[in-house]
Amino acid sequence: MRQLTHLERLEAESIHILRETVAEAAKPVMLYSIGKDSAVMLHLAKKAFFPAPLPFPLLHVDTTWKFRDMYALRDKVAAEPGIQLIVYKNPEALSQGINPFDHGPLHTDMWKTEGLKQALDKYGFDAAFGGARRDEEKSRAKERIFSFRDRNHRWDPKRQRPELWSLYNVRKSRGESIRVFPLSNWTELDIWQYILREKIEIVPLYFAAERPCVERDGLIIMVDDDRFPLNGDTAVMRRVRFRTLGCYPLSGAIESDAATVEEIVAEMLATSTSERQGRAIDRDAGAASMEKKKQEGYF
Amino acid sequence: MNRAASDISAWLVEQEHKELLRFITCGSVDDGKSTLIGRLLYETKQIFDDQLAALETDSKRHGTQGEHIDFALLVDGLSAEREQGITIDVAYRFFSSNRRKFIVADTPGHEQYTRNMVTGASTADLAVLLVDARKGVLTQTRRHSYLAKLVGIRHFVVAVTKMDLVGYDEQVFEAIRSDFEAFAHSIGIEDWVAMPVSGRVGDNVIARSEATPWYNGPSLLEHLDTVPLDVTSDAAKPFRMPVQWVNRPNQDFRGFSGQIASGAIGPGAEIRVLPSGRVTRIARVVVRDGDLDEAVAGQSVTLTFADEIDCSRGDVIVAASDPPEAADQFEATLVWMDEQELLPGRGYWLKLGTQTVTATVQHPKYEVNVNTLEQLAAPTLSLNSIGVAQLATDREIVFEPYSVEGSSPNRALGGFILIDKLTNATVACGMLHFALRRALNIHRQHLDVSRETHAEIKGQKPAVLWFTGLSGAGKSTIANLVEQKLVARGRHTFLLDGDNVRHGLNRDLGFTEADRIENIRRVGEVARLMTDAGLIVLTAFISPFRAERHMVRRMVPEGEFYEIFIDTPLAEAEKRDAKGLYAKARAGELKNFTGIDSPYEAPEAPEIRIDTTKLTAEQAADLIVEELLSRR
Repeated sequence: MRQLTHLERLEAESIHILRETVAEAAKPVMLYSIGKDSAVMLHLAKKAFFPAPLPFPLLHVDTTWKFRDMYALRDKVAAEPGIQLIVYKNPEALSQGINPFDHGPLHTDMWKTEGLKQALDKYGFDAAFGGARRDEEKSRAKERIFSFRDRNHRWDPKRQRPELWSLYNVRKSRGESIRVFPLSNWTELDIWQYILREKIEIVPLYFAAERPCVERDGLIIMVDDDRFPLNGDTAVMRRVRFRTLGCYPLSGAIESDAATVEEIVAEMLATSTSERQGRAIDRDAGAASMEKKKQEGYF
Repeated sequence: MNRAASDISAWLVEQEHKELLRFITCGSVDDGKSTLIGRLLYETKQIFDDQLAALETDSKRHGTQGEHIDFALLVDGLSAEREQGITIDVAYRFFSSNRRKFIVADTPGHEQYTRNMVTGASTADLAVLLVDARKGVLTQTRRHSYLAKLVGIRHFVVAVTKMDLVGYDEQVFEAIRSDFEAFAHSIGIEDWVAMPVSGRVGDNVIARSEATPWYNGPSLLEHLDTVPLDVTSDAAKPFRMPVQWVNRPNQDFRGFSGQIASGAIGPGAEIRVLPSGRVTRIARVVVRDGDLDEAVAGQSVTLTFADEIDCSRGDVIVAASDPPEAADQFEATLVWMDEQELLPGRGYWLKLGTQTVTATVQHPKYEVNVNTLEQLAAPTLSLNSIGVAQLATDREIVFEPYSVEGSSPNRALGGFILIDKLTNATVACGMLHFALRRALNIHRQHLDVSRETHAEIKGQKPAVLWFTGLSGAGKSTIANLVEQKLVARGRHTFLLDGDNVRHGLNRDLGFTEADRIENIRRVGEVARLMTDAGLIVLTAFISPFRAERHMVRRMVPEGEFYEIFIDTPLAEAEKRDAKGLYAKARAGELKNFTGIDSPYEAPEAPEIRIDTTKLTAEQAADLIVEELLSRR
């Protein structure tokens, strides 16, 4: 009898989690952030419910500051048959013109954290899939696969439900919701191996190319459109790629020649910094930054 | 493609064949647990430079290793844990060797975190027990071994840590090894190895160390690479797959999705759907990449049948020739995980596989002292206590005994959780031992005179009128009036109230929460028997808990239960205080008095609600009679 490989077991576990949520939640939704983890999660969902179409919509909480390549892939995915995509922009952030240059941490707070809460409340979603992994960050390593949120979307790390075997308690009171992380047990390397094996389409920004860049606070930032205040600088073409993608003015690029998934993996094995290092967002409040954000309702 | 990339292609092909092993580490920070995990992550290059830099900063601020990097700080993820130097919650860590990927559940050591340890152990194939070379096998080591064994872990590593601090003394190691040997034998742990390690220095963690020439066994990583996997042993068992979801996109396709718990399946295999017992053959094993000829334990698939037979979520598809049992009464080991203790007799949700039913637990047969392993009498189970009890479900569930001699445990059909119906908290986990044959052996007495006959000769439909409300709300007064009015209309009735039940049937019960639940359960059972006899039963009990009222509602046939909420504000009831009870409760002479120091959970959707501030008792009784007779 054949042995399942670790990727096959991770895949089977994620599919089990996706199905369990759909069977027990009233109105699930999948958070789609267009990155590689979202791409893998979406691929797994297609597998979980085949031949039926996805039994839930995708939700993109848009900040209006993503890379243009990300919007292109998002629109392509939305055009696939059987995919329903909801794009939500926090109207308050939109009217106040909140942006990463003038508003600092408020940018993430209003567009992402508040935007997400508003979208979940508006549509009444009671379970939301997210692509977070436990290997990303220390407080994520302690979070359950089914992570319970109160009426105000707050996470209480001290009141997490015990999660035994593959038995998930999906019960909740009205107004409460659950964030579900089907990729909890995947590592960054697993994600890349799976993208390679399954030939999953990802945003080209993950692959090295000549791109116009400037340096800000030690990070290489790509100038993706003319909203970027150059303040006298000139964007220089550099051969770079991104390990994680978010709002383009907040995503640090790395200099790289890796233009295929194989080359990315090779680079990763030789690399010496974790993927979140390129994220300005984690630096705000020191070691416990992510834990604090999550308690406030960040995904 | 450049050279590095073509090498990587070959490397990636190798990675394709990696297996997955899940294990737990048990012990406290003092035993060097986090240090050992930190060492494994560091040596297998799972720690990056920026994390290491953050670690160095943290080590200076909170560390306990002086100038050394404190690897413990790497794995203790919550701020409270870093500040207090303890591990509270289970954390999951990942690393890999050339052969396997590993998922480590790093579990806390202290007794008050027993539930967290059990949680981490529930999915593990192996346990690494940490023993400080300077302290030897402690009570805590025995407790962890017992708990890991309890949840079905079969492979153990005794990692004798801090060998560098005892000068790599073979005698020290040998004494600990033989100490554990005696204990392991006493609780039936068969497969175990002891190894001398140092997380701080790295001896025998990845490679065998020159500091311990007297040790001939494998390094920790070598052992982790070769220990047999539970998933292999699951695949050798008979086929079982709990149905998660019915996939029916159109008229032409009807498939049953789930993750295979054990065995293997392919087209043509004869299967049985439980609990109905219907038999058919598998037509297709569907996955998105194309149909499979065979699928094995651990895989998530969608099965289609040769015949159209009923099957839905909660059913279990099994090998036709070798089906598991279905039953509704069991003996099980329970691990209690909630601040609120077990209430025997109260209904909890029980989730096993994809089946969710209502279950009641009896008073435990015994509780196990996890430190001495003694069996003690216990009236209930509280947070972190472990006991054996009988439980009953409101319908039959398909199950298998959790533990199997010489094989992996039946996690999918033998492990369950209990969920509080009000708070939705996961309050316990359990492992089924066996079914109690009572349900099968004592067939219900076949009655020649049916409950319909009883009702017909009385010319009425039976009902339970369940009056609930605060003490002094007016329940008994109104119930008495309702009974008089019904009798005046020629109806056959009976009124059960606190006084006539407490003095006889329930004279053995007090007023603790558990006793009050049992009181209501018995009243419910008596009321149900009386409806079998065709009567209209009226009951007047405070019955403050929704869960208990719900329990009684489920005992009687649909449509025969009327929850009547006598809604009187607390201030008003207290003002009337006909029996002087509120005054006593306020004075502290009466404990657990509803409304004062014990909650009243108002009905959310009662059949009838009476606002006593607007209606007199007469008016209320008329309204109830009218409502009752108009509904039937």
